[in-house]
Amino acid sequence: MQKELLVTADAQTLAFEVDCHLFQGSCGFPAPSAWSFIFDPIFSIGPVDFNKPMLLAIIGTIVIVSLFWAGFSKPKVVPGKLQSVAEILYDFVHRGIAKEIIGKKGEPFVPLLVSLFFFIWVMNLWAIIPLAQFPVTSLIAYPVGLALLVWVVYMSVTFRNNGFVGGIRNLCVPSGLPKPIYVILTPIEFVSNIFVRPFTLAVRLFANMFAGHILILVFTIATWYMLGTVLGTVYATASFAVTLALTVFEMFIQALQAYVFTVLTATYLSQALEEAH
Amino acid sequence: MLHLAAEEPQSPLFPVWPEIVIGLICFSIVFFVFYKKLLPAINKALDERREAIEGGIEKAEAAQTEAQSVLEQYKAQLAEARHEAARLRQEAQEQGAVIIQEMKAEGQRQREEIIAAGHTQIEADRKAAASALRQDVGKLATDLAGKLVGESLQDHARQSGTVDRFLDELEAKAEAAR
Repeated sequence: MQKELLVTADAQTLAFEVDCHLFQGSCGFPAPSAWSFIFDPIFSIGPVDFNKPMLLAIIGTIVIVSLFWAGFSKPKVVPGKLQSVAEILYDFVHRGIAKEIIGKKGEPFVPLLVSLFFFIWVMNLWAIIPLAQFPVTSLIAYPVGLALLVWVVYMSVTFRNNGFVGGIRNLCVPSGLPKPIYVILTPIEFVSNIFVRPFTLAVRLFANMFAGHILILVFTIATWYMLGTVLGTVYATASFAVTLALTVFEMFIQALQAYVFTVLTATYLSQALEEAH
Repeated sequence: MLHLAAEEPQSPLFPVWPEIVIGLICFSIVFFVFYKKLLPAINKALDERREAIEGGIEKAEAAQTEAQSVLEQYKAQLAEARHEAARLRQEAQEQGAVIIQEMKAEGQRQREEIIAAGHTQIEADRKAAASALRQDVGKLATDLAGKLVGESLQDHARQSGTVDRFLDELEAKAEAAR
């Protein structure tokens, strides 16, 4: 294990070596790595370290709840501006995801899908909020928690809707295929639906946000690293432009990943709610 | 600026349980606020809005239906009134014709009555005149004959009816001459 990997980022200091500059001295580019995702605890309670991503998760929760509280707690028949915006956002998930994918039976799952979408979106958005600048979902624990939750809901809906045998059939035996195919397909479906789905659900979100954060870090650090000399500043300007472009791109990816996570959840639930043939 | 971690470095692929717990707690808060409070509230408002819009449409439809029925009623009344007027006119014409007819008949009847009365009167007058004339002529003739023949002839003549006989003869001659 290299010594650099032991370096940690924390809430108070910059997460890289600030004294290094291109063409000045002998130190190399302080590339972002795993240490960029490890934060010093702000405080510790026993074995639990409370760090910056946890703080961001809590602030994000407060932001979502208070924004929607302001929009929805006293709804008017003729909506105000905030209520209109909140309604459009709600309608996007309600109609665009729940109704579109599950249909009428999706109504009980609307609260779950709405909270998933906005929770993940806001946790992703922290990546580009000044001072925060860290996507909470790039720590795999957060996507894993959500994916576990979705998995529990998915399994319980499957078995409650189909019974035990019907549930197994729903998970492992897709209907309407020639019989010999089931010899191969049933184990694949079993592994796919029970193990691979929650795993990919978590990893997809994590990896996207992780990679996005690394990308932005590379170009942000590079901008700083190349400053100093005239030629270096020219390079730094180019790097900064890329940082801006990547930030815009990340905004898109953040919303897209929240959408994908919610849509996949809805797809699993819709499959669980399918009538047995 | 550099910090050395006291513990083993974490792999980014290894989830740590405090973060899972914090993440799930935060998500649960968001979920329960949406589930218990905000989504029921907004769904109620959306339903109310839908009802308000549908209610407005229904009201407009009701008003239109009423207007239509009133218009039809009005048209029906108008047609009835026209019909009634035509009927009255017809009736009046018929009645007028009947009255004229009756008046004509009455006039005819009265005319005939008057004519008949006139005829009767004339006949009666003529008879009276004839009878008076007969008496006068008889008397004059008798008087004349008495003066010529004698005084007492008058009574005798009255008894025998000579004068009448004479006059009858005269009439008969006149008839024959005619």
